[in-house]
Amino acid sequence: MMDYAVVIDGLSKKFGAFAAVDGISLKVEYGEIFGFLGANGAGKTTAIRMLCGLLQPTSGTGTVNGFDINREYEKIKPSIGYMSQKFSLYGDLTGRENLQFYGTVYGLRGGRLKGRIAELVDGLSLDEFIDRPTGALPVGWRQRIALAAAILHRPRIVFLDEPTGGVDPVFRRRFWEILYRLADDGTNLFVTTHYMDEAEFCSRISIMHRGKIVVVGRPRELVASRGLRNLQETFISLISEQGTDG
Amino acid sequence: MGNVRFIILKEIRHILRDPRSLFIAILMPIMMTFLYGYAINLDIKNIRLAVLDYDQTSASRELVGRFYHSGYFAASLAPADMADPEAVLKRGDAHAVMIIRGGFAEALRGAAPYQLGLLLDGADANMSAAAASYSNVIIQRYLGESPGVGAAGRGVALSQRVLYNPDLKSSHFLVPGLIAIILMMISALLTSVTIAREKETGTMEQLLTAPVGPFQVILGKVIPYVGLALLDGVLVLSVGVLHFGVPLIGSSLLLLFFGLIYIIAALSLGVLISTLARTQQVAMMAALVATVLPSVMLSGFIFEIRNMPALLRFITMLVPARYFLLIMRGVMLKGSGLAVLWPQAAALVALTTLLLVAAVKRFRIRIG
Repeated sequence: MMDYAVVIDGLSKKFGAFAAVDGISLKVEYGEIFGFLGANGAGKTTAIRMLCGLLQPTSGTGTVNGFDINREYEKIKPSIGYMSQKFSLYGDLTGRENLQFYGTVYGLRGGRLKGRIAELVDGLSLDEFIDRPTGALPVGWRQRIALAAAILHRPRIVFLDEPTGGVDPVFRRRFWEILYRLADDGTNLFVTTHYMDEAEFCSRISIMHRGKIVVVGRPRELVASRGLRNLQETFISLISEQGTDG
Repeated sequence: MGNVRFIILKEIRHILRDPRSLFIAILMPIMMTFLYGYAINLDIKNIRLAVLDYDQTSASRELVGRFYHSGYFAASLAPADMADPEAVLKRGDAHAVMIIRGGFAEALRGAAPYQLGLLLDGADANMSAAAASYSNVIIQRYLGESPGVGAAGRGVALSQRVLYNPDLKSSHFLVPGLIAIILMMISALLTSVTIAREKETGTMEQLLTAPVGPFQVILGKVIPYVGLALLDGVLVLSVGVLHFGVPLIGSSLLLLFFGLIYIIAALSLGVLISTLARTQQVAMMAALVATVLPSVMLSGFIFEIRNMPALLRFITMLVPARYFLLIMRGVMLKGSGLAVLWPQAAALVALTTLLLVAAVKRFRIRIG
């Protein structure tokens, strides 16, 4: 089991009678950029929140970095990074203050913390705006600081929930270049998105629809198996097979 | 627990980065004390008093003069007459009529039984109750101070003695209550809003994916506000003592100690509210309603708990301000210590523990 970054089996989350996530199973190997696709409301965010230890699953089992998501979520936390859909750093603090705070929470101190922040400021080209309150920055810049906060403690897996939502194409392109470099350095990425061009950057993807995983595979193979031209068309055809209201 | 320190530092940074809110948190309690100290003035003044003086001696004129010079009574413009002394009350021209029948001066010197008549307009219960107590005090002092009043003459007066607040100044009575209300409001408001803000902006979620427990988060966020609330408490108390002249007879240290316990109760209530509220606005409204109303209405601040129906009396037992109010009044006005105040102290500690445990439990469930 230790060979897999993420393993989930029959994972469900119900809110009352509504099953936001309905018995999904998945294995993600280390070294993959895994794309977690689906329309809005398909259950992607709920699934990620269970993997990060923010939500208790209703049923099903799973491991993240080898730790049980039902019992060992406190052990999962130091080993992962999480970047949520919504910008969730402190807007009244500067980027550097945010990074310092999260660094200390993850146990980095003094010179090590300073060095790591300098490394990230350099690597993600944050120097222009790192000392300004994050609340006043454009979305694309904020997302880069949020990414820096998520990878500050060098987690083995980083979960990114719609990291490029609301960002213009140029920023999105640069953001993905950074993600690629991270992956090259051995960080495992688990990304949700609904941009199909981004999905094509992933080594493998899964498509979720109404709480269930419809299909898992390499983007090119999925497109080829359907005999369509691109991922966009493949996605639409797969979803429309599932039900009219997809 | 090492992470708590960093959350505290971060929270202090938030507080300092927002000087407007800090200013409000410090200035509002002081302004409220001044405002309420003057506005909720239970000292009833200018009670219109009509006098029917049939004695017409220097003694009776002296008594009447004392009433009018007390500052509490003013002359009624309409004259009253013996045939129908109630008429001025009925018309609303006076709140009270004092009737001094003939023989007052002799009664002061001799032993003959004598009764001073005082008619009060019961329609305004507060006014008449105040008038009755003021009259007693004025007559008492008159009898005590007038030369030539025999021992027998003193038997004329009603024997009522006002304890602890001989001047019947309501500020002495009100300021301790105000401190209880303001501390409760500020503490619950600030904590519920600061936690709701982290929930609303999504930073709480980010924080909880990091290796920090819910308890550390609460502790780290609440501790800076304990300090701020204590500062507010000391400021309000200073205004009460220095400006309104409220006595502080008992131990300040005891007051501070119970103030701290009371603040913890209020902060726990704030955390509880924040687990129910999703936005800062809802948290703010809920905190105001959940703290101000019970602390004003059900603490004994304005309405006597003894006179409430059984159900309300039971509910008052869950209002922390009820106990803190008695502790404050006891320590400040009477100089009481734990020997006297232990039942209230025990109840406050128990209630605080209950709220704290509930807050931590609820917070954990929300995140789970």
